Amino acid sequence: MGTLKRTLRDVGALAAATLAVGASFGAITIGYGLPAWVPLVMSVLIFAGGSQFLAVGLLAAGNPLAAVLAGLLLNARHLPFGLAVADTIGTRWRDRLIGSHIMTDETVAFALAEPDPAQRRRVYWLVGATLFVTWNTGVALGVLLGGATGDPNAFGLDAAFPAGLIALILPSLRDRDTRRVALAGAAIAVLLTPVLPAGLPVLCALLGLLALVRPPGRRRAPAASGPSADPESAAADSAAAPISGSGAAAGSVTEEARC
Amino acid sequence: MLITAILALAAGTYAMRLSGVVLRDRLELSDALQRLLPMAAAALLAALAGTAALMAGSEFAGVARPAGVLVGGLLAWRRAPFVVVVIAAAAVAALLRLAGVP
Repeated sequence: MGTLKRTLRDVGALAAATLAVGASFGAITIGYGLPAWVPLVMSVLIFAGGSQFLAVGLLAAGNPLAAVLAGLLLNARHLPFGLAVADTIGTRWRDRLIGSHIMTDETVAFALAEPDPAQRRRVYWLVGATLFVTWNTGVALGVLLGGATGDPNAFGLDAAFPAGLIALILPSLRDRDTRRVALAGAAIAVLLTPVLPAGLPVLCALLGLLALVRPPGRRRAPAASGPSADPESAAADSAAAPISGSGAAAGSVTEEARC
Repeated sequence: MLITAILALAAGTYAMRLSGVVLRDRLELSDALQRLLPMAAAALLAALAGTAALMAGSEFAGVARPAGVLVGGLLAWRRAPFVVVVIAAAAVAALLRLAGVP
């Protein structure tokens, strides 16, 4: 009960922020001179805030092809997200078809922060459904109210979302390997942001998984002699093996190519 | 033209969401690789948080936003409730902007 109440309160805070940012999306789109149905249809069918902001800017500039490509690039992270939350969504097709659509950064972060599988499933659907409703409601309000909704940055909402994400992933960072991967990934993404188009830097954060690759000297010795005496390094070895192929060097090449 | 672009982006986004969920079953993942999936998600979420905290487009986001996120992050680290983290981050950024800090 205590946990449920806390979850509801947390989701409520996120829902309020989502409502406000949705309103600003609706208002901005109208401000660009695009028809009122555009933000409404986008928010129901695309339901990915970052790509919607990016796409309306390009649509308003008369560049629909760029809007589609840039939006898809920004949303490509949902594929690895889907792999990570597939067990949470379950195998029933009805759940998969609906659960996939309500997958967002926040839904994934909230769900993965929950250790118990049954509770994690409830949290996924609760957050996903709540954000779908509040996002679309906010967008409709923004369309109706126009510029009266104000600039969300003035209320610091641009700081609220990253801080919320940090709060959600912080518990998982107590695991040493996860921490190394996540910090390396975040550093890679931030450093690449000035030079790559939107979306690619975040995808390149997957290169952070290379932080698990041990130097060859330490890897090969225990592998040749069967089960490793050092359980941690053995786990990292086997974890790294499928990505790195025949070795660390080959691994970084394939990872680089994918990026 | 507008509706075509919107439908294409919607269909592509949905396809990527669904394919991860469906592929997970088809792929015979070793235990070690399965262990990597939450780590990959954590790396993506950390990257989103990092870039959203520090960057606006391809430039540095100024002072107010990173300062707000930093305060929120410290509170989260001290295990403050989620609501407190989110509100404190927003309040710090908003107050700094009110004081004229970019």
